[in-house]
Amino acid sequence: MLLALDTASPQVTVALLDDAGTVVAERRTDHLMKHAEQLAPLIAGVLTDAGVQQFDVTAVAVGVGPGPFTGLRVGLATARTFAMVLEIPVYGVCSLDALALEAVDSGAVEGPFVVATDARRKEVYWAAYDDRGRRVSEPAVDRPADVASDGPVVGEGAQLFPDHFPHAVEPLRPSAGWLGRAVVEERAELLDPDPLYLRRPDAVAPSRPKAVS
Amino acid sequence: MNQPLVLGIESSCDETGVGIVRGHTLLADAVASSMEQHAPFGGVVPEIASRAHLEAIVPMIESACSQASVKLADVDAIAVTAGPGLAGALMVGVGAAKALALALGKPIYGVNHLAGHVAVDQLEHGALPEPCLALLVSGGHSNLLQVNDITGDIVSLGNTIDDAAGEAYDKVARLLGLPYPGGPHIDREAASGSSVAIDFPRGLTSRKDLDRHRFDFSFSGLKTAVARWVEARHRAGEPVPVADVCASFQEAVVDVLTRKAIDAALTHGIHDLVISGGVAANSRLRALAEERATAAGVRLRVPRRNLCTDNGAMIAALGSEVVARGREPSALDFPADSSQPVGTVVV
Ligand SMILES: [Zn+2]
Repeated sequence: MLLALDTASPQVTVALLDDAGTVVAERRTDHLMKHAEQLAPLIAGVLTDAGVQQFDVTAVAVGVGPGPFTGLRVGLATARTFAMVLEIPVYGVCSLDALALEAVDSGAVEGPFVVATDARRKEVYWAAYDDRGRRVSEPAVDRPADVASDGPVVGEGAQLFPDHFPHAVEPLRPSAGWLGRAVVEERAELLDPDPLYLRRPDAVAPSRPKAVS
Repeated sequence: MNQPLVLGIESSCDETGVGIVRGHTLLADAVASSMEQHAPFGGVVPEIASRAHLEAIVPMIESACSQASVKLADVDAIAVTAGPGLAGALMVGVGAAKALALALGKPIYGVNHLAGHVAVDQLEHGALPEPCLALLVSGGHSNLLQVNDITGDIVSLGNTIDDAAGEAYDKVARLLGLPYPGGPHIDREAASGSSVAIDFPRGLTSRKDLDRHRFDFSFSGLKTAVARWVEARHRAGEPVPVADVCASFQEAVVDVLTRKAIDAALTHGIHDLVISGGVAANSRLRALAEERATAAGVRLRVPRRNLCTDNGAMIAALGSEVVARGREPSALDFPADSSQPVGTVVV
């Protein structure tokens, strides 16, 4: 049984998949954000829904972003710790890949496309994909004007910046079910469970103390 | 029967701590600090701290288990700092702690960081006298607390109205060209200086201030006074007597801290004072507190240095007490609360 989870968007999503890649339970939050509150109860929820115990989980798949850092870290801390306790493997998946796979399999896109999500600060996290949903560029963070595309653009980023991405396509946010499927069906690159921050921390070295008199 | 084995996780600031205790016995205290990464910035950078917590948390859990020679499966309960602290930093510890609780099938307690600073003393000096008074001083806090029940009834008597005591140390160190964090460096310099060389102001001790802020602290004016004094020296082209400035500054800080703590103890008829937090490692604070407590007939308890700073042992110690007194575990959806009030010991 694979436990899949993603916290790289404002919505927390958790799924349990069997060895054939069938989603046996899936839950998403209604309330956006609040990842630290909602993730653990969602995991408990899918275990209950599927009628299994935590010991039945044999691997964990976690979205490694890119996405807002605070939520992302909650997902990674949870996945790594859960896997450590149960002594099972934990696989990282680029969260954009889950969106790409869902878009291809649901028939929302044909041919090459782009996935773009909200990176805040008027920027997008994005990557380019081929017609089968395989990522063909490294995930990056850029201003929409610099990566504008007339082709289909999957994800929340397209809806936020219609001037630069006129052809917006669903889904908007990653789903843990598709993230898990990417792992079971070997349709995405497996990464270490490390966050794709793509930005340095905001920190400025202090100047000399200002005079007070 | 054995007392429960409790694992505590702390991630409210720049230390990632995991401690394991059984009753009042400390079995493991694993701490990773990101302090060096913050040094170039003269203070804790929240995003840097949060990133470091994520990298350290699993290794610290493993290290604590190996120190204590216990298996995770033997742990009876998980305690974790729910607040107060840096939001993004707290969430890493809370996320990991909830995952531990889920994977182990054990109860979890989201607890108060400040109460942890008091509870940790039980690991060194045994059961906490109740009521007791607690003075918590660090880079993040300056609190006077009345502890009636460490697991549920803590009243705030006073707090800083501007900078924390440790923050004042860091700022004064910076203007004297001493490294971050300032506390140990100022303490060292002060040893060879005169504490009466310069008469720096004692914040919130005037009669007027005592009406409204009897047990509150203020260190911002003191920091500014030190800066003015040093600038005047520079302007006059005279050397700055660093040791004297350090000793006189330190005396102003610890004078106010100990004076107000003893005043609070006597006012509220409390006979035991616990001093904890990073600044409790300061040699002059310990000495003056001892002197004034003895004179006032107050028993003083100061945990050893590495228990005073932020660590997982303090959270495990509090968790252990909370379990022992039969408090309800937290629901799995409890939040990390960056401004959790001290009255909320268990969320
Ligand atoms: Zn602290």
